[in-house]
Amino acid sequence: MALLQISEPGLSAAPHQHRLAVGIDLGTTNSLVASVKSGSASCLRDEDGKSLLPSVVHYGRDGEILVGRSAQTRQNDDPANTIVSVKRFMGRGLVDIGELATPYRFVDEPGMLKLVTRAGVKSPVEVSADILKTLKTRAEASLGGELVGAVITVPAYFDDAQRQATKDAARLAGLNVLRLLNEPTAAAIAYGLDNGAEGTFVVYDLGGGTFDVSVLELSRGVFEVRATSGDAQLGGDDFDHRLYCWVLEQAGLMTPSAQDQRLLLTRAREAKEALTEHDSTRITAVLSDGQVIDQELTAHDFQQLTAHLVQKTLLPVKKALRDAKLTAADIKGVVLVGGATRMPHVRRAVAELFGQEPLTNLDPDKVVALGAAMQANVLAGNKGDDDWLLLDVIPLSLGLETMGGLVEKVIPRNSTIPTARAQEFTTFKDGQTAMAIHVLQGERELVADCRSLARFELRGIPAMVAGAARIRVTFQVDADGLLSVAAREMSTGVEASITVKPSYGLADNDIARMLQDSMAHAQDDMQARKLGEARVEAESLLNALDVALTSDGDLISAEEQSAIRTSMDNLRHLSAQDNADAIRIAAEALNQASSDFAARRMDAAVRRGLAGQNIAEL
Amino acid sequence: MALTLSESAAKHVANFLAKRGKGLGVRLAVKTAGCSGMSYKLEFVDEQAENDLVFESFGVKIFTDAKSLPYIDGTELDYTKEGLNEGFKFNNPNVKNECGCGESFHV
Repeated sequence: MALLQISEPGLSAAPHQHRLAVGIDLGTTNSLVASVKSGSASCLRDEDGKSLLPSVVHYGRDGEILVGRSAQTRQNDDPANTIVSVKRFMGRGLVDIGELATPYRFVDEPGMLKLVTRAGVKSPVEVSADILKTLKTRAEASLGGELVGAVITVPAYFDDAQRQATKDAARLAGLNVLRLLNEPTAAAIAYGLDNGAEGTFVVYDLGGGTFDVSVLELSRGVFEVRATSGDAQLGGDDFDHRLYCWVLEQAGLMTPSAQDQRLLLTRAREAKEALTEHDSTRITAVLSDGQVIDQELTAHDFQQLTAHLVQKTLLPVKKALRDAKLTAADIKGVVLVGGATRMPHVRRAVAELFGQEPLTNLDPDKVVALGAAMQANVLAGNKGDDDWLLLDVIPLSLGLETMGGLVEKVIPRNSTIPTARAQEFTTFKDGQTAMAIHVLQGERELVADCRSLARFELRGIPAMVAGAARIRVTFQVDADGLLSVAAREMSTGVEASITVKPSYGLADNDIARMLQDSMAHAQDDMQARKLGEARVEAESLLNALDVALTSDGDLISAEEQSAIRTSMDNLRHLSAQDNADAIRIAAEALNQASSDFAARRMDAAVRRGLAGQNIAEL
Repeated sequence: MALTLSESAAKHVANFLAKRGKGLGVRLAVKTAGCSGMSYKLEFVDEQAENDLVFESFGVKIFTDAKSLPYIDGTELDYTKEGLNEGFKFNNPNVKNECGCGESFHV
């Protein structure tokens, strides 16, 4: 009997169609997988009840691949075939990683380096895929079915190559990537900041071996990374190491054996963890030569010993704030991520810098995975929350109004998001200095039948002949379905823009109805478009002739003038009616009637242009 | 005529409701779909529907509708672990046979 989870009201899945989705924190030191079950996000545990999977892969002699703790145990005796912290190599070439001290043999390949292991030459993508496969297996066992997809987190500073490498690793592991999510954004989502007020937040992420700080701005439920900074060589391990050195100093030890080193490092880490909750602790160990270590360590001493490490994290924080052109007082909230942020003196330092207590009630090791799981749950369609409608495709076309009440589609429906399209438009009248931009949504041809999203005006277009101005209108829809429309006059650079959320307030059946209407009215719409276009052409022709007759009427006889005027009146009359073909025929007739006039105007213009010029200069 | 929760199921439902921050209880119902006739619905309840029948176990409210009740009357909802997987299970005395996975059933 399958085990069930409680669904949101009305969202029960049909049998065998549970939309199981997970969030994965693919970390440098540790990785986690989490999922939303019965409405709440939790990290999925392995058979031993552990959620953290060390990001370590060991390629064994008999072709076996170990991942996690079992791989970690091989790190000392077979370092070359035990890959740790592979995330540092994702999407990187040998030049990028520089002089990093590692036990690996690299092969430089265009695009991304590779590692030589017993199991062959492995790219960081393949190694990461082995970690992801382990998490996928755990998730499927724990959720009781196949996953429809995963949200995988990446550092905010990851570039396109690193993001693509992460996606490739997921595909290789057989995971469908619903979305890559920035780690600080995931942490903010886990704290529910996306549902709250707008503002700027700082995410302080002190992991095992890396430190990252991000400044996030939340507006309209969308997070934007304003600045990132950090230190790739600073983490909780450095605190352990400092403590380990202190133990050696106190005991007067010079060079302990590798085994004793490991033992003392473990004891140092345990002492660090104990001091999170206690004011003092004892470090006790029996070394391989029988020497007994027994030292008392107070929280105060530990703080003194590691104060410089804490200070070292504050520099990147200040730099990130500077880059974002903000001060600590502008920050609405601070989120702590990473196990090392459990240390009370780290928390105090952060609280002091920002003048407020950081958010700490979620487990800092799990917070990124939990946020990713919540996002995955929404993307898989398990949450009915209307105001958190995240779209993967645009359900209805987006476009703008052109002359004649017609809609010009800029982004067609079913385009995947994020997307951006630009189209150039021009002015309709001579000397036109402003343009109204009317943003619409829908499949129909007439403005009246589509949904109006927004209107704004572009002003300051230099006065030019109709059709000479070049106005580039850019439609951009971000990953969260937010549409920004910007209009820019290309010669002067004047710009105007607006942002709207097109999905807001549209239920699925509204979208379905709008689509059905567009099918049902396809014929009408085609006629309407034809009529609209014919009218616009007629008006443009009439405008041009009005101008020409006023300025150059003297070029033709009174009879010719009145013939043209009659033809113009006829076109004007027909334009007011609904017969597109009649308008076209009348426009064609007017063109004929005025062709002689047009030719004479051309001649006159050429004569004027050439008068007084030497032919040799032309 | 009754639906019940095991103590463990009640504890988990109460816990999930608390984490969710809203909800009156849990809905047990059936719908006609699935490979073997009927399938179970297990959902949070935010609003009581007009014709809902309400039961209570260990302080947790259980909702169902009059159409579903005959198919699941006497059911005890339990919370169990099977390997790494854990979740809710319908112990439904009306079931004559069910599909292999137990997600849908006949009465």
